[in-house]
Amino acid sequence: MKKISTPYLLLIPGMGFLFTFFLLPLFNLAQTSTQTAVGGGDTGQYEQTFRFQNYVDAFVENKEQFGRSFLYATIATVLALAIAYPLAYAIAFKGGKLKNLMLVLVVAPFFTSFLLRTIAWKQILGEEGFVVPTLRNLHIISQSTTLTSSAFAVVAGMTYNFLPFMTLPLYASIDRIDPRTLEASGDLYANGFTTFRKVTLPLSMPGVVAGTLLTFIPAAGDYVNAAILGSPQTKMLGNVIESRYFKIVDYPTAAALSFTLMAAILVLVTIYVRKAGTEELV
Amino acid sequence: MSDIAKAARGDLKLSHITKSYGDFTAVNDLSLVIPEGSFFALLGPSGCGKTTTLRMIAGLEEPTQGTISLGATDITDTKPYQRPINTVFQNYALFPHLTIFENIAFGLRRRGIKDVDDAVNKALDLVELPHLAQRKPTQLSGGQQQRIALARAIVNRPALLLLDEPLGALDLKLRRQMQIELKWIQKEVGITFVHVTHDQEEAMTMADTIAVMNEGQIEQMGSPADLYDNPETAFVANFLGQSNLIKGTVAGNDGANQIIDLFGQKISLQKDRSHAVDNSIYAGIRPEKFRISRLETATSGNILTGGKIEDVSYIGVSTQYQVLMPWGQELMVFEQNDDGVAPFSVGEPVNISWEPIFTFGLRGDEDAEAGTEVSPDEDLDEE
Amino acid sequence: MKQISRWFQRNLIRIYAVVAFTYLFIPVAYTFAFSFNDSGKSNLVWKGFTFANWQNPCGAPEVCSALGNSIKIGFLATLFSTILGTMIAFALGRHKFKGRSTTNLLIFLPMATPEIVLGASLLSLFLVFKINPGFWPTVIAHVLFCISFVVVTVKARIASLDPRLEQAAMDLYANERETFRRVTLPLVAPGIAAAALLAFSLSFDDFIITNFNSGTMTTFPKFIYTSAARGIPAQANVIGSAMFFLALAIVIIGQFVGRKRKVS
Repeated sequence: MKKISTPYLLLIPGMGFLFTFFLLPLFNLAQTSTQTAVGGGDTGQYEQTFRFQNYVDAFVENKEQFGRSFLYATIATVLALAIAYPLAYAIAFKGGKLKNLMLVLVVAPFFTSFLLRTIAWKQILGEEGFVVPTLRNLHIISQSTTLTSSAFAVVAGMTYNFLPFMTLPLYASIDRIDPRTLEASGDLYANGFTTFRKVTLPLSMPGVVAGTLLTFIPAAGDYVNAAILGSPQTKMLGNVIESRYFKIVDYPTAAALSFTLMAAILVLVTIYVRKAGTEELV
Repeated sequence: MSDIAKAARGDLKLSHITKSYGDFTAVNDLSLVIPEGSFFALLGPSGCGKTTTLRMIAGLEEPTQGTISLGATDITDTKPYQRPINTVFQNYALFPHLTIFENIAFGLRRRGIKDVDDAVNKALDLVELPHLAQRKPTQLSGGQQQRIALARAIVNRPALLLLDEPLGALDLKLRRQMQIELKWIQKEVGITFVHVTHDQEEAMTMADTIAVMNEGQIEQMGSPADLYDNPETAFVANFLGQSNLIKGTVAGNDGANQIIDLFGQKISLQKDRSHAVDNSIYAGIRPEKFRISRLETATSGNILTGGKIEDVSYIGVSTQYQVLMPWGQELMVFEQNDDGVAPFSVGEPVNISWEPIFTFGLRGDEDAEAGTEVSPDEDLDEE
Repeated sequence: MKQISRWFQRNLIRIYAVVAFTYLFIPVAYTFAFSFNDSGKSNLVWKGFTFANWQNPCGAPEVCSALGNSIKIGFLATLFSTILGTMIAFALGRHKFKGRSTTNLLIFLPMATPEIVLGASLLSLFLVFKINPGFWPTVIAHVLFCISFVVVTVKARIASLDPRLEQAAMDLYANERETFRRVTLPLVAPGIAAAALLAFSLSFDDFIITNFNSGTMTTFPKFIYTSAARGIPAQANVIGSAMFFLALAIVIIGQFVGRKRKVS
């Protein structure tokens, strides 16, 4: 009924695009990552010497930022999951007529630039905002404590910014759960917590997996939150890659770091997806 | 080619049709003629190949082998849109983005007909829903959607109308009403209807001819009365209504009858109602053909003695009994509650009798349970 | 007292939802409020209420040219990624072919790659081919990260389509092309529209990849990032708030129209 060539005709333009502008650049980046500076050349001039030591150097030099990236991203992901799950649950099961409106509201903050919102947080929680002076006056925090320029602020910023990415897939899979299965669980002597653990959570696993990936991956590569809300002591790998590229013009190190980051993320994602047991995500 | 195919009329002929999916054979060397103008039913349990057969007639599946022709035209290799055949889909498949009017006009417009108003309105009148023309399908009840799906197909005046479990999603009462209506509409428009169903009562109510399918093949074909009164296989005997099948041997001849020995008791069976191939035989009797009598009552015809009432279920118009026979088999007996005789009670010894003409004979090597394990009301999407 | 605690228990999850939404909207409200700040150069402290910023949204240097670039890039990136992505989605959703799992992997990988890696690798490629970062490299970069999201969104819609609808169209004398035009496409259209909206918002709001590939060209997010150090002009708040209300209006009208089409 269908011509054999039809799917390929449909695929060629898009796949060609992805090949040219995704795979080819990655290949090129891999090449760059083993280059070394041309002796006596200008800044930014490199030649291919297959120096794999670049990876070791780059990692050793930046292992703190590496660790920070994954630590912050993990904490932000867990926090976002904790905040988003009840919210997605509320929309799916208690939303009623307001369901669609609530979904729109989850996405709505997207439309104000995320940079504007991040800077808004910086100002709300900053020295000139009203939160810090109030907390100081109430002696909840000490006179010298600040809320911005800290690891706390960076993680909070990431949690906030990626919350919709967590909420939407969670909602999609919780919404698919037949509420009668929850009633059946209650009928079969499971209390609220057991019902959640044995029925709701397993059934919403695809959403949990998709949501954590959509949060963790961009969070691990992020540098904007760290740049706006952090301090030199909270620099993440993204900040290093960015400055190597633009300020130091050290392309090989930036490339090696990019690759290490990508490889680490892919390994973690693969292990995680295997463990969580979700077959197809795309 | 397409014009010839579109103009084709006449009997539908399937010759040696086989459809395989890898190792699985859904339809196995099936040959069949459906006469023009008839109401034909393909009846069988889920997975018997009836829907696959229907989809091959519609052109939605290609047969692995065999040919399909309409009148003198071979349509095996034509596309669905080149065949003068329309389908009422299971769950109707109404286009959700189009109004009812545009749904019905869809086929006419695709065939290049400009002025569709008349035909569409007539079709809406035929199914008695002219006031719904401007609605969307989601605003209609199941029964209404069913009628619109019918109108959408019939408006094209196809040579053949295929109905794929069209009443499966309706509740019982609406289903009965639609059965009568469909039969009336078929008479009214004179189009050949091919109806696929797993509901034996539905097939018997509507069709002139029923083909009972099992495992990709036709078990038996005939009028509803033929199939019911004289089933040729255990599958048909059990799938269409219920049957008592008693193992026996052919013990002799008596003119037009055979004498059958059932565990030492002799009964007679008309030779032309026996489908046994050797001396081994199953004697079949429908439960409502049995009469139960107390030992002292005189009876005539075929008689089996030594029964004992095991179970009594009173269901209004009739009473159903399970009678345990001396050889350990339980027979099912339906008695009409029309004689004022007090019902029998559990444990009472009884005899069973029936008119010899109601006996049918099946091959003794058959599986007596064939066709019983499938409940006819099971509502399964098949294939 | 008991009644109050029971009410509280029963509505705990609703109360939670209200709190969570408040949390989501605090910075939006802040941004909106400070768009009325009579701030002068730095919009850090509240100095007084004024409509001036709304009356003159292009008052700050560069802000409107940055916005214009963002809109142009967003439009082009949406157009190309929607076309390419929809084609792939149809191939995956409606056809059987060899290399399916490879295709799925190639769609998934860009989503699993951090933006900074996408941006950096693309920039290296442009540098190798001596292409200067700027408008078109940015468009290409945006198409790249939007395409996978378009594929996933449209594919989901195609998967939810009852194949019997297309079979019914074929049964009713529509050939392949007509079936696609009259039945498949109209039914998949809401998915394509959603994908386009998603692509535009991803593109419009993107900073990291843009920062790598735009060279000296400024986009709206880039403008905010670079002016953050010396204080963001209130005009940026005006534009951010206006975009928020505009997008909200589009989504709500879209839903309303969708519902109306279903009902009438």
